[in-house]
Order: sequence, then C-alpha cells, then structure tokens
Amino acid sequence: MNLRMILAGSMLLGVLALAGSIDRPLVAAAAEAPERASFDAAVVAKGAELAAIGNCRSCHTQPEGAPFAGGLPLSTPFGTIHSTNITPDPDTGIGRWTGEDFLRAMHEGVDRAGRHLYPAFPYDHFTRMSAQDVAAIYAFIMTRDPVRAEVPANRLRLPAGFRPAIAVWKALYFEPGVYRPDASKSATWNRGAYLVDGLAHCGACHTPRNALGAENKRQDLGGGEAERWHASSLTETSPAPVPWSADTLYDYLRRGHEQRHGIAAGPMAPVVHNLSSVAEDDVRAIAVYVASRMQRPPSAPAAAADAVVASARERETDEASRATSRNAASAVDGADVFAGACASCHGAGPASPSAAPVALGLTTSVNAPDPRNAIHIVLEGLWPEPGAKGALMPGFAGELTDGQVIALIDYLRARFTNRPAWTDAPERVKEIRQAMQSEP
Amino acid sequence: MIELNINGRTHAVDADPHTPLLYVLRDHLALSGAKFGCGLGQCGACTVMVDGQATFSCLTPISVLPGRRIKTVEGLGTIEQPGPLQRAFIDEQAAQCGYCIAGMIMRAQALLEKNPSPSEAEIRRHMMPNLCRCGTHMRILRAVRRAAETMRAAATPGAKRSES
Repeated sequence: MNLRMILAGSMLLGVLALAGSIDRPLVAAAAEAPERASFDAAVVAKGAELAAIGNCRSCHTQPEGAPFAGGLPLSTPFGTIHSTNITPDPDTGIGRWTGEDFLRAMHEGVDRAGRHLYPAFPYDHFTRMSAQDVAAIYAFIMTRDPVRAEVPANRLRLPAGFRPAIAVWKALYFEPGVYRPDASKSATWNRGAYLVDGLAHCGACHTPRNALGAENKRQDLGGGEAERWHASSLTETSPAPVPWSADTLYDYLRRGHEQRHGIAAGPMAPVVHNLSSVAEDDVRAIAVYVASRMQRPPSAPAAAADAVVASARERETDEASRATSRNAASAVDGADVFAGACASCHGAGPASPSAAPVALGLTTSVNAPDPRNAIHIVLEGLWPEPGAKGALMPGFAGELTDGQVIALIDYLRARFTNRPAWTDAPERVKEIRQAMQSEP
Repeated sequence: MIELNINGRTHAVDADPHTPLLYVLRDHLALSGAKFGCGLGQCGACTVMVDGQATFSCLTPISVLPGRRIKTVEGLGTIEQPGPLQRAFIDEQAAQCGYCIAGMIMRAQALLEKNPSPSEAEIRRHMMPNLCRCGTHMRILRAVRRAAETMRAAATPGAKRSES
C-alpha cells in the first residue's frame, strides 16, 4: 500500500466521521444581491484591474466561450473539474450572491449554499486579500453581462469526489488570513508580496504540490507545473542563466518577452497579456518582490550578466560546439534538424530585421530542469493572441516525428547549455503530443 | 542520396540533409508551385503537406522526410483537370498576384482532408498562419467554403467520386 493510498484511506475515514457537521449554512438566506446600477463606477474599474491581475477570466472562460461563463475543464490528479459560471446570472451564475457570500468564497472557500469549494479555485491565496479588494472584484463581476450557462458535472475519483472531503483537506493545508505586511520591507515590496501571495496566486503554478494537491510551502515558488508546462522556480533556484532583476521582470511581465530570458508562453501567455493592461505600479511591485525572492546568497554569486550573454551568443556561431553535439546517438541528427528547421531564425546573425529571437542559451526553457517547455514550443510554436502583438514562431508538430523532436531538443540542451542532458524527453514528447491531439 | 515520396512518386535527391524541402522541390525537381516568401515560417507561401499536415517547406530539412508522404499543389490536379480546391479558387477568383495561393490551397487541403465540414471559425483559425499581401482573404475564405461543399457532395454515396 503506498503512501497515497494510506492518505486517501485515512482521509475517507476522517470524512465519514466529519461529514454533515462540516458544511456551512448560508450567510443570510434572505439577503439579496444589490442592483447592477448600485455599484460605483470607480470601484468597478478598480475591480476590473484586480480581476486582470487575478487572471479570473482564464479559468472561468472556455475557448471562444462567453467571458466568465465557466465550463473550462481543468484536469487534476484527482479527476476533471469544471470552472464555474461567475457571471451574474441568477440561476446558473452568481447573480444571487451578496458581497458577503462572495467574500466568504474568496476568504474561506465556501460557496453561497455553504458547500466547500475545491481548491482548484485558489482561495488558499485569495484569503490573503483585503476585504476592500474583494469587494471591488465583486462589483466588477456583478456588472458583467449575465450568461445563462450550466457547467458540466465534475468527474472526480473518491474521496475527492465526495465534497465534504474538502473539509479535511482544508484542516490539513488551508491557512486562512489576510496578508500581514513586513514592516522591515518597503511599501512596494509589501504590495508585491500581497499581490503575489494573494490575488495573483503565482504559487498555484510556481510552487510544487504534494500528493494531495496542496502547495508545499517549504518550497514556496520553488517551481511547479501548469497544464503540462513546467512553471519556473521564482526563487534563488531559478534556472535563468542571467539573473532576473526587478527591471527585467517588469519588462517581461508587462510586454511578454525579455531579450535575456525569453518569451511568456503556454499558461503564462494570458497572465502577461492581462498584466499589460493593469496599473504599472502593481506590475512594478510584483517584479520587485519576485526579484527579491530570486536573490542568490552572497556565497553563490552569479556570473556577470554580460559574460553570460556573450557566451550564449558565441555558442550560436561556434562550429566546434555544433560538432561535439553531432555525436548524440539517434537515427536523426539533431544538428541537421536544427540547421534546416531552426537556424534561419536562431542561427548566427539576425535572419531579417523582424526576426530577433532570444539567444537559445539564455532561454529558461532550454535551461529548465525538465524538457516540457522546450517540447511544447518546438511542437506548438508561439502564437500571439489574435489581434495582439508578440513573437511568432511556427510549431513543428507536423514536420517532426517524436524521434526527431527528441533528437532536436537533446541537441539544443547539449549545444546551448552546460547542464546535464534531459533523461525524460521520450515520455514527455509522447505525453504532450497526446494532449495536443485530444485538446486541439 | 535521400529518398522522398512526393505526390505518390519516389525521388532520389542528392542534397545536404539539412537542405529545406522547398529548395529541393523547386531547384531539383522543378515542382515550383510552392513559393519562397520569407524563409522563416512566417508567411506560408511555401506550405505543402507532410503526412496529411500542412507544413512550411522552407523550414523542413529533407533529413526528416524519408518514409513520409509529401503532397504539393501539383499533386491536387492539372491545368486541364484542377482538383476541387483549385477549381474553387478559380471560380471565386481568389488570386490577385497569386504568390500565396499554392500555400493557401495546400493549407486548406490539409484542413478539408481531416474535417470535411469545418465551421467558419475553424477555417479562420486553421488558415491563420498563411498571409496574402494583396488582401484577397475574403475570396480565399469563400473558395475554401465552396471547395468543402463540392468535396462533400462528391463524397456522398451515389455521387461520382473524383480521385485526387
């Protein structure tokens, strides 16, 4: 019997004992939600910005679906869960919710009817938010267009499928409470910490999770995953060859790319798309806080940024480094794939004024501890959201077979970094290819 | 020598393994339908099909192609007997300068082989990587819809089936 089974079993027993006594009743069944016209326009505008920082729309909207109408399937180790309709529709959305109901959901993870909410909804972070900020988001949400949309039923395995089990999970892992400022730090740092730990819920992806899906707080922001992408470490263990600074992080978060680190892709793309529209000071604060978390101890100084960049550029032109990587045992030579498919943009010298890709040796994806992000980008490419500006790279899913993708990414790793070879590329390529076919 | 299966025929090609397929098609095999536009996979003029998928031939080294089925616009029909997509592009007068058209047709062909009844949104999303500098996109979209109809009609039982 493995640890997970023991945990699941004891959890189920605990649940059976506690069931019925845990669910919480309505705050005030008789209370009615305020009229749409009663919300202050300035508060609604503030709420719009906060909702963008919180990335609410990404989970609560299906591709090409009505905004905030929910129904997006989220696959978790415990089964598939669907995001809820948070438009103000009275029957299928949250149109009957009062501000108090909404605050309770955000702070305590309990819905209007008193049922515990699955922590896929990151109330373990939202609980850090001020009641005032929650009220602004409420005002924004309640003034959206109501959309009548039933959400498909969740498909979860036991014990997770048994909703009162969440009470046990909460008792183990959920620490409610609003953010407490650190008086020894600046106001900007505190604002950043408040947003990162609370509303922006960065740790939901960037912190590793344990077997029961809770964030491992001892490795807070130490690198996690999202939708089969690797979410980089935002601590001193960051794999970025050129250390991030508050300025470079700001550029990345604001513009979606940074010339010495890379381009926001996968689940991070909508995050930076949102951050391009919110108050500059908030993005700056997030950058200041995250940069401080990435500070390496003085005993492990980073190489000077310019030297790292020079060496990465050199690898793009150095024929000797190309030759050494040619020996990788594979039916197809990764070097030939690179030369024919990649080098017209990623080779020596810019191919055209419009193609100025980040030097591959500097990218987080090629330096990451696992190859998933590199595989995603090779297969899917980079496509800006329709109508938005951004880097464009074609995907090679049609061009390259699995074996050819593996040869290519092993070659990238060997040629452009000094890091150990990835060992799990074959399984990862297979996994990501399957997911692309099932969710086109 | 590298062996390539193009439009059902095998060709032995003597070229560097990293040579892009586009150069081999045009310079070695005189299949000049696919065009060189940008050489960076940003415009789609060079689009052909590999194992049924639309592919930028300017970024596909021939070393990855042995054992795979390549289809170019020449494989869809002739001037005398154009295929359904070629016929639809002519009927809708979808070409202005025409440079992008072979790529547009091949990308559309890949879609219709997989999905004979694409929605308008599916057509637009699928065709997104290909650019037309003249701006005939609306006619191109009409041609794709028209071809989808004729191909569906040809595929229904009882109707005469055309080989492509």
